[in-house]
Amino acid sequence: MTHLPWSAQFIHLAAAVLLLLSFAMLTQRRILSLLDLFATQGAVLAASTAIVAYSSGRAELYYSAALTFALKVLLLPYILHRLLRRLNVRWEAEPLLNVPTTLLVGLLLVIFAFALAQPISQLATTLTRSTLGIAIAVVMLSLLMMITRRKAVSQVVGFLALENGLFFAATSATYGMPMVVELGIALDVLVGVLILGVFFFQIREQFDSLDLRHLEALKEE
Amino acid sequence: MLAVPPLWLAIGAAGLLRPRSLRLSALWLFPLGAAAAFVLAAASLAELAEPAQSLVLPLGLPDLPFHLRLDPLARFFLFLLGAAAGGVSLFAAGYFRKGEGTAPGLLCLQYHVFLAGMAMVLLADDAYLFMVAWEVMALSSFFLVTTQHRIAAIRSAGFLYLLLAHLGAISILLCFGVLQGGGWQFTFDAMRQAHLATPWSSVAFGLAVLGFGAKAGLVPVHVWLPEAHPAAPSPVSALMSGVMLKTAVYGLLRVSLDLLPQPQWWWGLALLGLGLFGALFGVIFAAVQTDMKRLLAYSSIENLGIIFGGLGLVLLFAASGHPLMAALALSATLYHCLNHAFFKSLLFLATGAVLHATGERSLGKLGGLIHRMPWVAWLALIGTLAIAGLPPLNGFVSEWLLLQAFLFTPQLPQPFVNMLVPLGAAALVLSAALAAYVMVKFYGVIFLGQPREPALARAHDCGRLERIGLSWLAAGCIALGLLPVPMLALLDAVVRQLLGTGLGTLAPWWRLAPVAVERASYSPPLFLLVGGAVTLGAAWLVHRLYHGRVRRAAAWDCGFPLQNARMQDTAEGFGQPIRQIFEPYFRMQRELPAPDDPRPAYRVTVEDRFWGALYLPAAAAAQATARLVGKLQQGRIAVYLLYSFVTLLALLVFVL
Amino acid sequence: MNAANLLAQIVVVALAVAAAPLFMAWVGQCRAWLANRRGPGLLQPYRVLRKLFHKDAVLATRASSLFRIAPYVQFGAMACAAAIIPLLGTDLPFATAADAIALVGLFAVARVFLALAAMDIGTAFGSLGARREMLVGFLAEPALLMVFFTASLIAHGTALPAMATAITGHPLAIYPSLAFAAVAFLMVLLAENARIPVDNPATHLELTMIHEAMVLEYSARHLALIEWSAALKLFNYCAIGFALFLPWGLPDRVGSGMLAALPVVALKFAAAGAGLALLETVSAKMRIFRAPEFLATAFLLAVLGLLVRLLLGS
Repeated sequence: MTHLPWSAQFIHLAAAVLLLLSFAMLTQRRILSLLDLFATQGAVLAASTAIVAYSSGRAELYYSAALTFALKVLLLPYILHRLLRRLNVRWEAEPLLNVPTTLLVGLLLVIFAFALAQPISQLATTLTRSTLGIAIAVVMLSLLMMITRRKAVSQVVGFLALENGLFFAATSATYGMPMVVELGIALDVLVGVLILGVFFFQIREQFDSLDLRHLEALKEE
Repeated sequence: MLAVPPLWLAIGAAGLLRPRSLRLSALWLFPLGAAAAFVLAAASLAELAEPAQSLVLPLGLPDLPFHLRLDPLARFFLFLLGAAAGGVSLFAAGYFRKGEGTAPGLLCLQYHVFLAGMAMVLLADDAYLFMVAWEVMALSSFFLVTTQHRIAAIRSAGFLYLLLAHLGAISILLCFGVLQGGGWQFTFDAMRQAHLATPWSSVAFGLAVLGFGAKAGLVPVHVWLPEAHPAAPSPVSALMSGVMLKTAVYGLLRVSLDLLPQPQWWWGLALLGLGLFGALFGVIFAAVQTDMKRLLAYSSIENLGIIFGGLGLVLLFAASGHPLMAALALSATLYHCLNHAFFKSLLFLATGAVLHATGERSLGKLGGLIHRMPWVAWLALIGTLAIAGLPPLNGFVSEWLLLQAFLFTPQLPQPFVNMLVPLGAAALVLSAALAAYVMVKFYGVIFLGQPREPALARAHDCGRLERIGLSWLAAGCIALGLLPVPMLALLDAVVRQLLGTGLGTLAPWWRLAPVAVERASYSPPLFLLVGGAVTLGAAWLVHRLYHGRVRRAAAWDCGFPLQNARMQDTAEGFGQPIRQIFEPYFRMQRELPAPDDPRPAYRVTVEDRFWGALYLPAAAAAQATARLVGKLQQGRIAVYLLYSFVTLLALLVFVL
Repeated sequence: MNAANLLAQIVVVALAVAAAPLFMAWVGQCRAWLANRRGPGLLQPYRVLRKLFHKDAVLATRASSLFRIAPYVQFGAMACAAAIIPLLGTDLPFATAADAIALVGLFAVARVFLALAAMDIGTAFGSLGARREMLVGFLAEPALLMVFFTASLIAHGTALPAMATAITGHPLAIYPSLAFAAVAFLMVLLAENARIPVDNPATHLELTMIHEAMVLEYSARHLALIEWSAALKLFNYCAIGFALFLPWGLPDRVGSGMLAALPVVALKFAAAGAGLALLETVSAKMRIFRAPEFLATAFLLAVLGLLVRLLLGS
């Protein structure tokens, strides 16, 4: 492992930090801190993309790193912060599963993801292919977070973190997606967040709270 | 060595000469049985590495003689049996009193038949003798469990035990049926020669795990253990937990590594998972028990879980072609069997002594016994520290070896197994740490603090024979803890027999380094020497440089004036954090007192989820089936004749 | 094992025992500075110890001899641990007598004895403290072992000197798994040493205390030994942290290199103490039932480190 070049080692480190941040997000109860964690995750992602760009010499990856930074570190957290302030949400309600159990499930998911990635990463040609398992794990953990949370805002953050995982998978396994696809996804995410923001207001108007338990009343009796 | 089981039978029969005489059995028969046990232990240990000897006895059915065989594996377990049973028998000599259910002579018979049955299980070399001995062992222990058969709860505990023992026996019988592989020869030698196809060998392995697991308290067939152990007299609980559970381990070892061909890797993984789950399950339930013998019974489930997990690791390594790692794991597992025999017998006997002195089994009514029963308390402390896995005692050695086996996991062919094995290490470590919690609770609530009942002030220490028995087992814990290398060198013969490879040289005698000194080593004698020197040196220096003056005063307790025994943690209180953390895993019922209750009482009962999920439905299904069968019973002779006729016709058609 | 090595070993242990209260004082001093106070000075723990040793020991009437033995056992265990950890060199003779697992076992011996002693008197606070200490212990101990296991996968062995040399022996490389382990280790360190998010060393508030509740009944020389071994425990944990995560500057043989390593080690301790004080100043103590979550997180982080190591091979 010490024979890997520096860039690959840094990407491994970035992968590990991403996983760590995913677990931190899974356990974080304060929504503001959750946003900070999300912004950090974006920053790590941008840094690792820049390193991939440097080591592979692909200029377009620099653009995607810059895009990631602008969108996920600056713009989205800013929008969500404003939303939170307007909606006055601070704390997550008690999650559906208690923290140790959530972490245990998360751990099993990580093992599953690693086992899943093992055969795929054999096929990839990049130096950093073993990070694919971590990327899949990040996706799964984000899904888990969306499942276990009650507040709509944290679910949106989970959705964004999921996208981070996918993006990381793309850069680490295949040196990124074509620029057009990437721009499209970035736009989608942005629009998605804006629409969800509108939804938040609607939900609160309707139920006086952002707790998603209230949506349970919407089923047919 | 072979003379010992008949001798035990003779001793037992002698008890019948004067069944009501306590003097005969206490003064002569039990000590004699203990002597025989020590002889058995010494002889097995001395001959451990000798080649296998076979013997055919002209007993049994015509054309179906009993085959006996003494090989290193059998000798090792005979040693375990003898060493533990010797201490227990000495204790038992002083323990049984008049007027407790079964008459002393009868008890002596049952006890020694039980010992002989266990020895014969270990000696058997054909399925027939094995099953006979297995049943003798099960039945005699059933009678021992129901010694106080006038109590309804004890009777039902005994029946539950009998039921699961027979479920296991049927499973073992079927396992042997598969193992003979169509040759219809039921000697073990024939089974070794039989060529089983892989699916069939997997079936045999599964049946063996179920059958022997039911005897060993493997979750989910563990429910009899926490019922039967508290019901039995303490020396019997000690034997059942310390030795009888190990015969099941012996059986599984015999089947999976000796009789079956090359193991499959997934057997190992399944057993590892089952075992470690059982270990965690057992220890979590042990933490919330309020009856001291139930607590120890759950702790036995934990320890057997660790042993089965270790066996799983052995199979995993052996199947993936890592014989050295398999040898390490097997050494650790066997060592843990031996350790458990010593410390668990010791602790069960200690609870027996407490029970006799106080008449209480409930932890909520004990406390402060270290002042009244110093011998029992200090000897039990050794057992407590050993079972909690603290160095330099024996529990730590096997834990250390097993962790080394987990950590030196080489590249296994299946990538996800590679990742699951460290998780196994995590589960093992967690259950070991929880065991320390449980044992602090056990010891602290029984022996430390203030007596919770006024009657405890009349408690008395145990008698001389009981002290000798306890001391022998405690000495075993210390010796096995301090000198693991010579013992492991002896165990090497067993490992070599089962796996073909041993651990190799382990010199020097004072340092345990199974792989390489630079990688991992542990030297208990040096450890004790330095630790003891530092501790004593500190004490000496403090007294020398300053002074050793002591004043006695009332306890301070933050200046709180009223300090009665009810202000200490009860067993429920001490287990409360565990109940809170692992709440989803229990089935709990809590009764909280009302605020204006003049005599407030808090009651909590914690139940096994397996009862509701597995056993009650199974019982209901069995009853429903029985009702269906009951419909056959019409009470009219003509109908019964019709049944016979139809059966006859069916048989004739079959013959045609 | 020649005489020079033995002497070096004894000197190292004596040094650790002597310096431990100083380190404790340094952490306290930094905390005082951060809180804009002046602080009692670096020699305060020594004055306290001296005062306590001179006093007559007051024992509760109900105390058994287990109660009197426990402080010595705890002190002996901690001093023994100081001999195992490669503090000033990786070639000391006692290092082969015990590896990382035995070290954890040694900590467990100290914990179990103290908890039993706390239950011995049979007071409400004693058993409360024992229960809470064992609660912290049963979660922290596995987490610490998992941290060691992560390091042992890199070092291919559980011997502490092997772990310390595994990182320095190779060309510089980044080990993400060690980052996980380091975070987990830090959390265990805080919990095991009764530091702030889990316990507060500076208060005797009845309802929140863990460690202090256990030692309430101790006085004079027994209390002195307990305080001393608590300081030694913190010292040992920091030394373990250096051996695992910052092993640079450790000489690999006995001799004058050890003298040269002394300032490096002192610098590491000074930095660690300041960092610890900062961490404690900015965080708040949590409820006792948040502590299991905190430690479960540490445990799972350490396990994750293990998995990352297996997946990435780094």
